[in-house]
Amino acid sequence: MNAILPDVSRRGFLITVSAAGALFALNQPAQAADGFAPTIWYGIDRDGVITVHIIRAEMGQHVGTAIARIVADELEADWSKVKIDHVDSDPKWGLMVTGGSWSVWQSYPVYSQAGAAGRIALIEAGAKLLNVAPADCLARNGAVVAGKRSVSYGEIVAKGDLSRTFTAEQLAKLPMKPAAERRIIGKPGQARDIPAKTNGQAKYGLDAKVAGMIYARPKLPPTRYGSKVSAIDETAAKAVPGYIRAIALEDASGTVPGWVMVYADSFVAADRACEALKVTWTAGDTAKVSEADLQTRARALIADKTTGSQVVEDPGVDAAFAAAKSKLEQTYTTSTALHFQMEPVNALAFEKDGLFEIHTGNQWQSLVLPWLATALGRKEDTIVLRTYVLGGGFGRRLNGDYAVGAALASKAIDGKPVKMVMTRADDTRFDSPRSPSVQTLRMAFGEAGRVTAMEHHACAGWPTQAMAPFFMPKGGNGQPYDPFAISGANHWYNVGAQRVRAVQNDLANKTMRPGWLRSVGPGWTNWAVESFMDEAAAQAGVDPLAFRLKMLDATGRNAGSAPNAVGGAKRQAAVLKRLADKAGWGKPLPKNTGLGLATTFGQERDMPTWVACAARVSVDPATGAVKVEKLTLVADAGTIVHPDGALAQMEGAALWGMSLALLEGTTFENGEVKDTNLDSYTPLRMADVPDVEVEFIASTEAPVGLGEPATTVVGPAIGNAIFRAVGARVRDLPIRAAAVKAGMKA
Amino acid sequence: MTTFRLNGREVTVKAPDDAPLLWAIRDEIGLTGTKFGCGIGQCGACTVHIGGEAVRSCITPVGAVAGQAVTTIEGLDPKGQHPLQVAWIDAQAPQCGYCQSGQIMQAAALLKATPHPTDAEIEATMTGNLCRCMAYIRIKKAIKAASAKGVAA
Repeated sequence: MNAILPDVSRRGFLITVSAAGALFALNQPAQAADGFAPTIWYGIDRDGVITVHIIRAEMGQHVGTAIARIVADELEADWSKVKIDHVDSDPKWGLMVTGGSWSVWQSYPVYSQAGAAGRIALIEAGAKLLNVAPADCLARNGAVVAGKRSVSYGEIVAKGDLSRTFTAEQLAKLPMKPAAERRIIGKPGQARDIPAKTNGQAKYGLDAKVAGMIYARPKLPPTRYGSKVSAIDETAAKAVPGYIRAIALEDASGTVPGWVMVYADSFVAADRACEALKVTWTAGDTAKVSEADLQTRARALIADKTTGSQVVEDPGVDAAFAAAKSKLEQTYTTSTALHFQMEPVNALAFEKDGLFEIHTGNQWQSLVLPWLATALGRKEDTIVLRTYVLGGGFGRRLNGDYAVGAALASKAIDGKPVKMVMTRADDTRFDSPRSPSVQTLRMAFGEAGRVTAMEHHACAGWPTQAMAPFFMPKGGNGQPYDPFAISGANHWYNVGAQRVRAVQNDLANKTMRPGWLRSVGPGWTNWAVESFMDEAAAQAGVDPLAFRLKMLDATGRNAGSAPNAVGGAKRQAAVLKRLADKAGWGKPLPKNTGLGLATTFGQERDMPTWVACAARVSVDPATGAVKVEKLTLVADAGTIVHPDGALAQMEGAALWGMSLALLEGTTFENGEVKDTNLDSYTPLRMADVPDVEVEFIASTEAPVGLGEPATTVVGPAIGNAIFRAVGARVRDLPIRAAAVKAGMKA
Repeated sequence: MTTFRLNGREVTVKAPDDAPLLWAIRDEIGLTGTKFGCGIGQCGACTVHIGGEAVRSCITPVGAVAGQAVTTIEGLDPKGQHPLQVAWIDAQAPQCGYCQSGQIMQAAALLKATPHPTDAEIEATMTGNLCRCMAYIRIKKAIKAASAKGVAA
């Protein structure tokens, strides 16, 4: 099945998930043979063990723990009896996707209602067993209590009459506990997935095995699209002991065009035979594309005002610029960046009893299942994705192309089990990279430096166009756009008349399969917005903190709305003020040292995570080398379900932001990324870690997302800090010492 | 055929002498706690001990360990309760966890040689182990906690 409807909004996702829960609450017997399952989201057995079903992938965010806490709190469960079950794909779960920092935000209402439904049913059944009225009972720590007497949930499931069912309307109206009554949410606690990650017992996709499986490594074509196999020469491969054969895959889904699968009896043999095998392709027409070509194309598209989609188009933008007392225009760029998740993509695939099984780590089962169905020529309900822990996601495994490669490898040998493993270089060459971007921003100033208009033109490869085009909304001019590739440009500052134009870099979409990389668009749009805000403040002769706060006035469309953005820009201003106090904004610093600020709303206006960062850096004036001394972050993410997990996400995302700003970045050469392994691609290591201080604003508002937002603020905070340290303004990511040095001379 | 001791028991593998030890451990012997990350010895996910030293198994040929004692994450402590493993849980260090077997094995070798490392010594040794989730703050905290408690040799 595919729960995604054309032009479904993110809010639509939420409804779909809720509706699935409600539907099964109605149709499923309230008391199953093995226990009580008031909704599909969890069951309670006769020993009182509560098994919470998690449809989100575990990739380091401890998502099962967070979601199980939501159920357990409303259910008044005994946390020690809660078990977490990461489920395989099944139509009954509705949309299965883990990304966008959505998991807790989307799950919260659904699992809260499910927990409340269970609590109410258990109180009613428990009251009968205790011979008292339900109103005289309360639920606490896995038992129904009436005065000094109590009956455990396990006993109620074993002996009680749990016939209560809930309609969708009833579920939606169930009374949620007030925040003051929360006993698990927001309280300290450990993540359930961690012990197995300290002793080698956690099972990742790479660890999947089945009797009789053989191994395969794909020999990858010279271009991501359009390459065709013209000849295969097995001579040298046949000399590798264990080599079995090589097959050019036939892919009706167009996901893995030109892949040649090399089979052997071990991975080592498949790897060596793959190196030895000679394949001749006619390459696709992007075989010569360079990073410079991609940037040149983006600049040309931005300059052509007829291109792109109008994401924001207020009346009066051109008039404001025409009447401006002064103007500012700057262009910002970012280079291609790689996911480089630690576990190279891999999958085990085979057909068994009429079912095609794919064993792999995946972030978007509902997206890859239709691809698999087309590629395999079978119905989706005869394909299942078995779930494993992910050795890093970061958006790479939203694109399940590797599962298609493995499935076709098995199909090509009559459904026999094949374990396909890509080497690190394979994984990197055919990563779904973060597209390079070019952005031009303009601001108009009126009397007394007042901001009267702002334009933001952004051009990049669009992942959603490449892989989920049904998900693209239309702009004011009727043109579709990738919402994830422009979010951030539609910020919460009141800038007068605003224009945001999103342009797809068509050459990027042909050359690569652009990816959703941790924070996606906000990772580059905010590099531009927040660098530009400091430049604009300088032009206006205003302190960058005061400049921002004045525009975060929470008026008009920035006033915010229930349930997810209550308070609007007021909350962003509060976060920024708290940050400035915490980081010592305005205090003197040593020579060549600077403090830089940046603030964003995280991922999307629908679910803003208000976040701000102050970076303190020192710059070596002789070389331009930048040392980040400290990152201070403040976030308002509403209710924090699992505080330690939330802190871990902020720490990791902040360091990701720093790594992308200073240490990563690659370039396309001859249609491929230049850097394919750690000998030249150099993410942040322990020795690079600065002091990191994180604070959450206490809140009982709706919980939003935390996996990505901190990634979005660190780059511009560092850029702004460099300027304040040595006067060099850098506008290209990653920031290289040479660019800083050059900026100092200018 | 190569014979060596793995986690205290003698094993014989059929992998060719020049095949990486990593894959013999994972696919022939079936211990999958040791991970494949980069294949060039630069991420540290495949770290095991050979004669007590931390070594990258992805670039170590099977033939080189003939007759030697190899320890993987599964053999670090019989109950998975090595002081570092306990400290790792206390610090809630892992995120995705994929690199953590290697991190722990690297840290165990460090503490064996240097029971009370300075911050600079921890960084110098552990900087060879990539954590893509960037859980470095907690990894360092866990090593310091285990060191403070004292790690039995």
